[in-house]
Amino acid sequence: MLRLPDFTYIRPRTLAEAAGVLQELGAEAMAVAGGTDVYPKMKRGQFTPRYLVSLSRVEEHRGIRREEARGLWIGAGETLTAVAGHATVRREFPALAAAAGLVSTLQLRNAGTIGGNLFVDTRCNYYDQSFFWRQAVGFCLKKDGDICLVAPKSRVCLAICSSDTAPVLSSLGAEAVLVSARGNRRVPLETLYRDDGIDYLAKRPDELLQGVWIPESSFGWRNVYLKLRRRGSFDFPVLGVAAALRLGAAGACEAVRIVLTAVASAPKVVEDAPRVLCGKPVDAAAIEEAAELAMRVSHPLDNADMDYWYRKRMTRVYVTRALRQLAEVGATTAGPDAAPV
Amino acid sequence: MSTSETITGKRLMRLRVNGEPHEVAGHVTHSLLEVLREEMALTGTKHGCELGECGTCTVLVDGEPVYSCLMLAVEAEGREITTVEGLALQGRPHPLQRAFSDLGAAQCGYCIPGILLAAKALLDKQPNPARADIEEALSGNLCRCTGYTKIIEAVEQAVREVQVQEGTRA
Amino acid sequence: MKKNGFSVIGKPLPRIDGPAKCAGDTRYADDMVLPRMLFSRLLRSPHPHALVHGVSAKRALELPGVHAVITGADVPTKFGIMPSTQDEEALAVDKVRYVGDPVAAVAAVSEDAAEEALGLIEVDYQVLDPILSIEGALAAEDHRIHTWNRHANIQKAVSFEFGDVDAGFAEADEVFEGTYFFQGNTHLPMEQYCALASYTPDGKLTLWSSTQTPHYVHRALSRVLGLPMGHIRVVATPVGGGFGGKSDPFSHEIAVAKLAMITGRPVKITLNREESFYVHRGRHPVKMWMRTGVKRDGTLTGMWFRSFLDGGGYSSYGLATVYYTGALQTVTYELPAYKFEGVRVFTNKPPCGPKRGHGTPQPRFAMEVQLDEIAEKLGLDPVEMRLKQVVAPDSVTVNGLRVSTIGLRECIEKVAERSGWKDKHRALPDGHGIGFAASSYISGAGLPIYWNDMPHSGVQLRADRGGGVTVFCGSTDIGQGSDSILAFAVAEELGLQPEDVRVVTADTDLTPVDLGSYSSRVTVMTGNAAIQACGNLKERLFEVASEVLEVPADDLEMEEGHVRSRSLPDLGLAFAECVERAETRFGTLGATGSYRPPRHPGDYKGAGVGPTPSYSYSAAVVELHCDADTGEIRIDKVWIAHDCGRAFNPLWVEGQVEGSVYMALGEVLMEEQIFRKSGVHKIPSILEYKSPTTLETPPIETILVETDDPEGPFGAKEAGQGPLLPVIPAVSNAVYDAVGVRIHEIPITPDKILRALDQRLKDPTVPDFAFPAPIRWAPGQGVEVPQKS
Repeated sequence: MLRLPDFTYIRPRTLAEAAGVLQELGAEAMAVAGGTDVYPKMKRGQFTPRYLVSLSRVEEHRGIRREEARGLWIGAGETLTAVAGHATVRREFPALAAAAGLVSTLQLRNAGTIGGNLFVDTRCNYYDQSFFWRQAVGFCLKKDGDICLVAPKSRVCLAICSSDTAPVLSSLGAEAVLVSARGNRRVPLETLYRDDGIDYLAKRPDELLQGVWIPESSFGWRNVYLKLRRRGSFDFPVLGVAAALRLGAAGACEAVRIVLTAVASAPKVVEDAPRVLCGKPVDAAAIEEAAELAMRVSHPLDNADMDYWYRKRMTRVYVTRALRQLAEVGATTAGPDAAPV
Repeated sequence: MSTSETITGKRLMRLRVNGEPHEVAGHVTHSLLEVLREEMALTGTKHGCELGECGTCTVLVDGEPVYSCLMLAVEAEGREITTVEGLALQGRPHPLQRAFSDLGAAQCGYCIPGILLAAKALLDKQPNPARADIEEALSGNLCRCTGYTKIIEAVEQAVREVQVQEGTRA
Repeated sequence: MKKNGFSVIGKPLPRIDGPAKCAGDTRYADDMVLPRMLFSRLLRSPHPHALVHGVSAKRALELPGVHAVITGADVPTKFGIMPSTQDEEALAVDKVRYVGDPVAAVAAVSEDAAEEALGLIEVDYQVLDPILSIEGALAAEDHRIHTWNRHANIQKAVSFEFGDVDAGFAEADEVFEGTYFFQGNTHLPMEQYCALASYTPDGKLTLWSSTQTPHYVHRALSRVLGLPMGHIRVVATPVGGGFGGKSDPFSHEIAVAKLAMITGRPVKITLNREESFYVHRGRHPVKMWMRTGVKRDGTLTGMWFRSFLDGGGYSSYGLATVYYTGALQTVTYELPAYKFEGVRVFTNKPPCGPKRGHGTPQPRFAMEVQLDEIAEKLGLDPVEMRLKQVVAPDSVTVNGLRVSTIGLRECIEKVAERSGWKDKHRALPDGHGIGFAASSYISGAGLPIYWNDMPHSGVQLRADRGGGVTVFCGSTDIGQGSDSILAFAVAEELGLQPEDVRVVTADTDLTPVDLGSYSSRVTVMTGNAAIQACGNLKERLFEVASEVLEVPADDLEMEEGHVRSRSLPDLGLAFAECVERAETRFGTLGATGSYRPPRHPGDYKGAGVGPTPSYSYSAAVVELHCDADTGEIRIDKVWIAHDCGRAFNPLWVEGQVEGSVYMALGEVLMEEQIFRKSGVHKIPSILEYKSPTTLETPPIETILVETDDPEGPFGAKEAGQGPLLPVIPAVSNAVYDAVGVRIHEIPITPDKILRALDQRLKDPTVPDFAFPAPIRWAPGQGVEVPQKS
């Protein structure tokens, strides 16, 4: 049986305390919420903290609530099951309900939190392996080694962003609230991601996510999330497409955001999408152009399930399908892969 | 760090399993799976990967199915844990257990404890699930023997049996 | 009430082990704990190919809690499942041959301590270039993985010609050729490998193990440990899934036995999931070439088939596998001439072995896809084309196999009818397709793995005063229900209820030998042995009952717990009373039964693989959607008909059929045992090795076809492996119907479909290889074998 290595388990009652402990203990400490990513990685020797700072006793990062004029608050400590099943989320942001509901399996979603999924460690099939395996191939940049085994010339780690909810919340313009010993800050969620497989979060290790706001201005946007993977459960995304758009009264696209996951170390915003989609109806030609642009910025590598050229090509297909769904009259819903929650 | 609790090494854990209170000496690093199997001899809960990738170790915590390999036992304190050993009622098998046995849904049987618990969690919430609901509810549990066919049929049969029982009582 | 003259056979009654398995009460190997038990872990090679110049355990032994470390020097005797290819070592003596090859074993007070100790063992490796492909193995004349074999990295090359193949092709109107590749995959039982050994002060060793073949483990332990078999007891614990993966004697079993002998304490080992990909013994990757000659009406005139098997680092069952890739092409459709050439090579990867269908799914895939292409080219319906040439019952094939009953025609007709084949084939909209294929499998190998004339299966029966009956048999329940088969066979014969029969199995101290749960042999062989044992017991019971009831013994039968007169049904004696009287008369009551399969006509060297008491037959139709933009396949439904002789218990047979369909779908759609260029397994986890969930598994409609085979117990044939075979080519044929591309590679993944649609998917290649001169044989040359039916 795979077992956890020894550690000291610390359970603070508040985020500020937790942040204080993390700051005090430094690199030897790691925060854990649901544990569904941390424990497997500790069992395989990818994470080697001496101290685990558990957020299980913290209350202030829970709750999902609508506040007039402020938007929708989603506490980072809410389970993925709670997010996927929340009535407002399902009604207004089906893409988020779908994304949360498509993470791994029901059992895992019952333990795993939205905060954990937003900050889930980047993945790579040279890295997500046992100590024995990594030793046999020669360790990689991300853990214990000094070269990237995916692309030996690369100076940065190419592990991929594997969050389903990050691209969706980015597409909805969500803002993150971070707590640390030095106080709180509120930043656009997408600014927290860096395209570096090791240093993939633009936050200090002692900063903890309290939750996210989906701003009031994102209500009324059509939104969708489509996920590519081999099986309908268990599997991480090998491509995810989150798309959100606002249609004007005349049916013209007023605003659009397309964000990809699993094609880089950070969620990938298709920057040029508004240029080709906004100011006109979302017709086949515009969709085709946007999908082509998305494919161009999609750079999957040979470090996850399914061929990388295939995942790149699927970017175009999935973006096309996502936009078609959003363009349909009355469409608000999630994609075909969206599980009933 | 005033209100933080720090746990190291072994400690006496108070776990409520299958309706009974238990005190066991468990290590803080031990998963609920390890404590159930190795400290409490509740070996009905099986394991197939210990990484949350197969579903075999599924138990219910406060009625919700979770992977016991990914939950620390200390996090299960104060919560209601149900394992396969707790499914029978006063020695009478749960309708799911009876249906699984009657229809041959258990071949090698190794995944069955986890699947029974995932199915129980479904029926507790949704007494009359459609086939798609059953497939969804069991999609976090791998079985290599059955093609899930008899398993799904057995869940459907248990649903009917419960309905008949409740109809009789009403 | 009796149905078809049976009281329990043929009825959908529950298995005897169901209640315990559903209660979580069944004790699998890892559930066992013994006092003073130590825990073991194996140190495995990180190199695919290396010489081992030395192993130092000094630092590991200094670690608190470590009791013993053993290396190859402690268990140097070679072993292996096949007597002629004993090329495995429990722990590497001087060489490692794949990443994961065991090098040392530790016994310590906990798994954690044992694991920590592994990190302190120092191994002096001299790394060698690995050989990782079939072509590489054939090319590397001077760079050998083994030295015992005659030629370079060739474990075995075989060649046969049955009938006159040149004449067959000359007679053909059209000759078709194709190349095919079937990627390797693994069994992935949910239960990980586990074994527990105890060595007691009386010098006796006991090993409990999750094994499908306790008898072969027994022999291997005796050989390697140098203990007489009589001092070793092997108990197969309830097996949490096998599928062929627990059929070899393994390093971990030998290691814990040796560690128990050294430490004097029980030692348990449970391998983790990653290790199961290194133990492997799964489906061989096979490259294939097939040429088929046909008349314009689709009649086969001749076939030439070549297979190239990537065997991995050791022989395992490979000798049998290479023969199996060529053996069963002849038993489905009339084939007047057939040539087969096969070769298995060593590579530096985990050894391949038997997985459900053992060596036959790969050629069946090639053959049924080629037949579909032939039908297409000739403008024939693929179902009709096959129906015209189904092998006749009670016939001998061109390679000397005796076919008794054959329900293939009915299987084909039934799946075609139920699926609406006629209305759907080539008639569904784009992206929606239907495919068909058929197949056959053996109901048990005709020969034992080591040459002997003893029974393949033995049963002892004990009847106690009070009416208790216990059946003892070496067979091993791996989930297929073999314990229940014994209970039901005995209950049927003795007129008892299955729950009144105690079953003791898979314990070499207590039970007579059964060779094991492989080759789909158990129902036929243990069933027949049990029936024979019951017959012997009944003779004695009838002798006393005849005197008590004053009717002739041949007028007696056993039913509903009584010995009864057939002619005067009111006249009877309760079973328990009859047993008491018999014990009074004869002393302790026991009876035995044995079974050995009948001979087949083929008498050429190599004719040992393929014969069986009876062939099962299957036919499948698969309906699916294939998305031409993404290449994704969604299976809508599988219809499968299986000739199981007689459905011993329709529920259990259906369960075997459904499980076979599931495993086939995993193989055809997503499962792959694949390696990096460095020789390291690419995806040794249950997350990345994709096994279908409920969401990928379609509804399966199972149709049981009964032929009442004279060789089978109550007419039964196998059901556990054969139904896997037709599903794989049926999916490939359905993909063609849906999107118009032929995929000659398994698995059929979305990227391959897109490549094929882009006309970028190349057909697989096969190596150049000079096969040996063929052994020639033709019907009429073999031994005369009387037909039973």
